[in-house]
Amino acid sequence: MDVLTDNISLYWQGFLGTVELTFYSSVLALVLGFLIAAFRVSPVGSLRVFGTVWVTVLRNTPLTLLFFAVVLGLPRFGIVLPFQLFAILALGCYTSAFICEALRSGINTVPKGQGEAARSLGMSFGQTLHTVVLPQAFRSVIPPIGSTLIALAKNSAIAGAFSVTELLGTYKTLSELGYNIIWTFVWIAVGYLIITLSISALFNVLEKRYGVAR
Amino acid sequence: MTDSTALYDIPGPRTRKRHRIYGIVATAAIAALLGWIVYLLFDTGQFTAAKWTPFEYKGIQELLLQGLGNTLKAFAYAAVLSLVLGGILATGRLSEHRPVRWIATLLVEFFRAMPVLVMIFFIFVALKVQPLPALVAGLTLYNGSVLAEVFRTGINAVDRGQREAAYALGMRKTQVMTYVLVPQAVRAMLPAIISQLVVALKDTSLGYLITYEEFLHAGKLIASNLDYDLPFIPVVMVIAPIYIGLCMLLSWFANWVAKRQRRSPKTEAVDVAPAEPGTLLPGGPPRP
Repeated sequence: MDVLTDNISLYWQGFLGTVELTFYSSVLALVLGFLIAAFRVSPVGSLRVFGTVWVTVLRNTPLTLLFFAVVLGLPRFGIVLPFQLFAILALGCYTSAFICEALRSGINTVPKGQGEAARSLGMSFGQTLHTVVLPQAFRSVIPPIGSTLIALAKNSAIAGAFSVTELLGTYKTLSELGYNIIWTFVWIAVGYLIITLSISALFNVLEKRYGVAR
Repeated sequence: MTDSTALYDIPGPRTRKRHRIYGIVATAAIAALLGWIVYLLFDTGQFTAAKWTPFEYKGIQELLLQGLGNTLKAFAYAAVLSLVLGGILATGRLSEHRPVRWIATLLVEFFRAMPVLVMIFFIFVALKVQPLPALVAGLTLYNGSVLAEVFRTGINAVDRGQREAAYALGMRKTQVMTYVLVPQAVRAMLPAIISQLVVALKDTSLGYLITYEEFLHAGKLIASNLDYDLPFIPVVMVIAPIYIGLCMLLSWFANWVAKRQRRSPKTEAVDVAPAEPGTLLPGGPPRP
């Protein structure tokens, strides 16, 4: 218990670091994932190929390798950014591939006949998309996106090993200060549980509200 | 592709022409992006001979091969052990004894909610275990509990009638499981199991962070060598395709199995729904 009370500010910093990292990476992943999903269902062949390559490569890349390439590799191109931005970039791009696949399978669950019906009513492409297809796709996509973002929060632990302030990284300072290492980790674990359970609760609420079963 | 979604009609001649123009613009944009990257590579001198010579040396090649071997070794241990642990935990969760079920559920939920890296670091730092066993143990705990859920949903997905029929024949629970349910569930679960093994393979790279001498670690050694002008990008260019290729091979294998099963009359006959590795459960891990 002493470990927590004595170092509450250190833990708080690490906790905030993980929350920040998760939040910004989630935003990037959602935006990128949406864009790539749009590419993958677009009628333009080259965009589809680009989307497919993006998803296939990133889904099969070990995240540590991606961090290694981004955090240590990009500076060789003269791109020097704070470590936290690098971490957000790596986490966001990696997760975008999974978000894209969730969105795409969500769009594919909408029966083809619905689009045809919308068009035969004389709806334009924009209208079809925004009044018929997307609302339904959105509903079926909430749970997989939730679990992808939970995975993102857990994956953010890797950033700590690449000099970003986050929760797991606090163990280093505390073990140097000579605190009981087991209790140090217990509080780190509690911190992660708080974050993942909050995301899980948030998505449960969203699902209850919007995720109507078809 | 286009005719399988609700989004588009099959395009007519004018739309096709428009799409062709979009296509040309998009191709040009992508080509420009790639060109810019290649220009950056040349501009920062990544293709100078000095940066690529290390790969000609036998010692360095051996170092890389050894790293790759260590990666595969960790993967093999982790894969086998997580299958075993998954089996044990799934058995626990399907047990008829309430305390056993509770303990198994608690373990599964806890290990799935923790970042793998936290577990690996805990075992490595707090319990002072060697890097390889620490890595394998961390991967086993995480993937084992995910696999337990896969097994459980797989067994529950087998048609209820099968179980009832087996009990009606006078089989015991163990017999029902081993003769009737598990053989059918495993077939249906195979793609999900292999996809989970891809996660385990990807996560072996976490060993790099606890100084396990795996593939990425070998790369880092070469990359930070001053004698070769810090060949950082070349190392990434050599290592990344191998790593990604390995994972893709395994992913493709999973897809292939899944596709083959969709055609197979044997799996259709027993009507086992293909389950995902717990993606829909809140707090559950998807493939990342």
